[in-house]
Amino acid sequence: MSRRILVTGASGLLGGAVAGVLAGQGHYVRTLQRRPASDPGLESVAGSITDRTAVDAAMAGIDAVVHLAAKVSFTGAWAEFQATNIDGTRNILDAARAAGVRDVVFVSSPSVAHFGEPIAGAGAGTADPERARGHYARSKAAAELLALAEDSADFRVAAIRPHIVWGPGDTQLVERVMDRARSGRLPLLDEGAALIDTTYVDNAASAIARALDRMEQAHGQALVVTNGQPRMVREMISGICAAAGIPAPSLSVPGWLARGAGSVIEKAWLAAGARGLVQDEPPMTRFLAEQLSTSHWFDQRKTRQVLAWEPEVSVEDGMARLAKHYAA
Amino acid sequence: MVAELWPGVPAAWSRYVQVPSSAAVDQPGTVHKWHLLDNSPDLEARGAEPAGTLLCVHGNPTWSYLWRTLAAAGSTAERPWRVIAVDQLDMGFSARTGTFRRLADRISDLGDLTDALGITGPVVTVGHDWGGIISLGWALAHRSQLAGVVLTNTAVHPAGFSLPPALKLALHPAVHGWGTKRTDAFLRVTHSLAQPALQPEIRAAYAAPYRGASRREGVGNFVADIPGDETHPSFRALTRVAEGIRKLTVPVLALWGPKDPVFSDRYLRDLLKRLPQADVHRFEGAGHLVAEDRDIAAPVFDWLGALHAKETPSASRPADTSGTAGFRPMPAELDDRATDVSPAVVDMAPASSGEAPAVLSWAELDTRVNALAAGLADIGVRPGNRVNLLVPPGIELTTLIYACLKLGAVVVVADAGLGTKGLSRAIKGAGPDFIVGIERGLAGARLFGWPGTRILAGEASPARLRLLGAAHTVAELTAAGTGRPAPDWKTDPDADAAVLFTSGSTGPAKGAVYTHRRLAAMRDTLRETYNLKAGSSLVAGFAPFALLGPALGATSVTPDMDVTAPRTLTAAALANAAAAVQATTVFASPAALANVLATAPDLNPDQRQALAKVELLLSAGAPIPEALLTRVQELVPAAELHTPYGMTEALPVTDISLEQIRKAGIGNGVCVGTAVAGARVALAPLAADGTAGVEITEDAGVTGEILVSAPHVKDRYDRLWITEQHSSSLPGWHRTGDVGHFDADGRLWVEGRLGHVLTTPGGAVTPVAAEQAAESVPEVRLAALVGVGPAGTQVPVAVVETVNGARRPGPADASLSTAVRTAVAERCGLDLAAVLVLPQMPTDIRHNSKIDRSALGTWAAEVLAGGRVSAPGARR
Repeated sequence: MSRRILVTGASGLLGGAVAGVLAGQGHYVRTLQRRPASDPGLESVAGSITDRTAVDAAMAGIDAVVHLAAKVSFTGAWAEFQATNIDGTRNILDAARAAGVRDVVFVSSPSVAHFGEPIAGAGAGTADPERARGHYARSKAAAELLALAEDSADFRVAAIRPHIVWGPGDTQLVERVMDRARSGRLPLLDEGAALIDTTYVDNAASAIARALDRMEQAHGQALVVTNGQPRMVREMISGICAAAGIPAPSLSVPGWLARGAGSVIEKAWLAAGARGLVQDEPPMTRFLAEQLSTSHWFDQRKTRQVLAWEPEVSVEDGMARLAKHYAA
Repeated sequence: MVAELWPGVPAAWSRYVQVPSSAAVDQPGTVHKWHLLDNSPDLEARGAEPAGTLLCVHGNPTWSYLWRTLAAAGSTAERPWRVIAVDQLDMGFSARTGTFRRLADRISDLGDLTDALGITGPVVTVGHDWGGIISLGWALAHRSQLAGVVLTNTAVHPAGFSLPPALKLALHPAVHGWGTKRTDAFLRVTHSLAQPALQPEIRAAYAAPYRGASRREGVGNFVADIPGDETHPSFRALTRVAEGIRKLTVPVLALWGPKDPVFSDRYLRDLLKRLPQADVHRFEGAGHLVAEDRDIAAPVFDWLGALHAKETPSASRPADTSGTAGFRPMPAELDDRATDVSPAVVDMAPASSGEAPAVLSWAELDTRVNALAAGLADIGVRPGNRVNLLVPPGIELTTLIYACLKLGAVVVVADAGLGTKGLSRAIKGAGPDFIVGIERGLAGARLFGWPGTRILAGEASPARLRLLGAAHTVAELTAAGTGRPAPDWKTDPDADAAVLFTSGSTGPAKGAVYTHRRLAAMRDTLRETYNLKAGSSLVAGFAPFALLGPALGATSVTPDMDVTAPRTLTAAALANAAAAVQATTVFASPAALANVLATAPDLNPDQRQALAKVELLLSAGAPIPEALLTRVQELVPAAELHTPYGMTEALPVTDISLEQIRKAGIGNGVCVGTAVAGARVALAPLAADGTAGVEITEDAGVTGEILVSAPHVKDRYDRLWITEQHSSSLPGWHRTGDVGHFDADGRLWVEGRLGHVLTTPGGAVTPVAAEQAAESVPEVRLAALVGVGPAGTQVPVAVVETVNGARRPGPADASLSTAVRTAVAERCGLDLAAVLVLPQMPTDIRHNSKIDRSALGTWAAEVLAGGRVSAPGARR
């Protein structure tokens, strides 16, 4: 059955992939993003989710929404996160309900239920804006609670939390790692032995698309999506470096030191940023240090059962695709 | 939500009863208010008719709170029991009587209470600490009602037994009033005995009735009522109980925490002499408050269930092949060869000494065994007594073993391969009446306080003997018995003959008890499986089989090595031993063979020739890689190479030859061949959660726990009632704790230990196949597969020791990771989350090959959680 689906945040790596998968399945796909999208096969609407009028316009004639648009950053002022991630989500939900949309997939993050301790094989957990770490995770947690609170039999909402999405062209992780490794700014924390789950972009996209087919089973729930192949941080980083033909980092820094330094650097960077001295993200933040030095991998049994879904691209195949992409 | 008075105690259980006293200490007509916990309201709510009553009696300074788990389990058990846990007078929340109640009073008090409650029907008493004695006093006074006795860390403390040192201190006038009444020191010390420590709210509940010195009067009096000697007013009452219980015929269950500074193992041994019918479980690592340290409710109700099942005739255990038809006692071969002057036992001297081997003929062995048996009997060694042997394999050990077997004494064999701590635990657990040891053994006995009359194997000055606490020497006993026949004990096939200890690589070593019949069956199985005829000769490089040489009628030679450290066997020592007796058979362990190969270049032509005459080589104790066997074959070109599979509880179970191993090829696990003569093997299929159920199958391709049925399987575990119940829960079978499957040709493949099975989202994963795949990578010497993460969603992680030896523990480098991950994925379809390296794997001492995977799993989880990487066991 072909549906009319709105995808927000389609200019990002994952959003673009989701739009592509849905269009490939024969659905009518409209995208909403701040900059016009280039994919000629899709109807693209330019606009911000913080603009209710633009959102209402994009929602016309739509019966399902995949909401990915968000401010993703390790730094920045809380007001910016609140405006995009919380108020923006509010706009999407209200507009969708007003437009008679049946299904909403809210794309979230496992960090909404991370409180800094190692996670090994845990379930999704409930989002907690109070305890989540950093502005991004806190605002996403609040937005997820908002979204799931709207869930009902005739306005179905599901939250999908892909964990560390990566793939060719990814600026969030892959190219940042490559960048820093190239300039020698990428230490391993505690030898990089922490086990982390990641999600190859095609798998995350297929899981999100699958959620729309399985709303009957998935609605009202938050599901973590990963490749189900946890790897040590060092292996992911060296895999990415290898794909780019850069030597892997060999310097190991104690995690406690990085966490402490991260806090300091983060504050200094923010202060510098406020005075217009730097535009880049800081080289290390407390949140990033925690992410890189503690395990976080998840129990995928429920996700796979609810979605009746399996990832198609393994970590190793993903790395091979990465190498092919960056060799070109 | 049930309202709780204290953690784990619903308000409905707590009740007060007015009880007229008949105690001598009270005026006639006195009535006391008792507090007790009674689960009757639960039973009424369930509409359940209880099978009987558990009458639970606490000691000092606890109260009925100690028994809350029993009360809860009594309510919910399939066959429910009423559980009445009393607070003794002057204790807990019962009345403070203002009198000094002695043991006799307390026994009559308890009777007064059960009269007042009108308890009819069967009663099982349950006691702890000093409450054990009082409960036994009640039991003796109510024989017609008594259905059973449960005892936890207690003592009947008869004449001749000295008070435990900790109690002596508590009784000292300087300490007594201060420690028990004026302060709550005695309470706090007792509560602190819990292993692990009590939760604060539990500790508070134990202290609740004893706030204020006046509430603690009973605590002080209780301690003061412990008879230190015959002049004490309670001495007679105590003796009456201590002697009276010898007449009890009801079933007894003793649940014991050995880490108790007061009611230690010696009191358990004393109780077992008085109540020999007792089922015993020693919870290794648990202490005085065993009811807090471990779950005692489940085993108590399992035990009550088992008693009930025994009463129902259909469920009785299949009987042993009874009678003596076809049974040939172990020492019979010695008697038959009493005039044979050919060598029976040969000890190789250290090569460095230049001495000739020591040789004992069959005739000499027979004479010596008889003389020693007579000498041992002179000093009081009786049938059923346990004799611990701390003597290395060779002539002396052989003589001792066969002397004990002739006497009907039970040989306890615990070797240094358990490590000092493990050995100490094993010996204390087995509780020998006698210890025969070389000087080092007796020094250990003295240092660690191992029980038993000490006998030295060797020579020492009288001063040295005194220092070791040795009462006798083997030489002296042999001399005393020379010329006399062994005492006339007609071998009872079903009496205990030996206690052998497991290697302890998977938790504390367990004692496996063999009867004479089962030991003889082990001998017969070996003879039939390997055609070990009388007149053959064997090199005993692997201790357990070495002991069977004389019973088989085979000449046995002990090579120059430290048998407890297999890696000390050199090729030259093996060849010299083989040459000394023209050996046809060699027993060795894989670790010993590895060293033999390593030292093979040192062999001279004569030594090579001696090895070339070997017809059969058995490698036992642990799996051995085919590549290693192939190299061994080059050393013993004429020999058939066999690797029996078995365990301390069943030796051997299956057998396979090198040729058959090659034919079997690569598969899921280690191919161990087919069942040996007289044995049957089956499987209890594995569920997705990694546990084995109660189904039994012999179908090919099904993975399950390996079950063995054979006349030479252990009779039972020693003083491990719970473990024994589990291991024999499928009637007629022994659950080995190993997992494996049969292939289409009926061969058994071992896939690992049940406790090492991973539970991944894809189901249960057994480790051995993946480990073999990892070991196929040339850089890898040894690999272990462990699961990291919660049960059901574990990820597989390979921990490897490399050929070159890693400098420090941590993540493997990229190329090794890739090689191992690829090998495991290709062969087993398993996605490894990580590959970690260790400079050296933690292995057991005895086999030097069994990897402590639970420790490794914990370590791997710590490393992969992030944070600093340390060595296994470094963080605790």
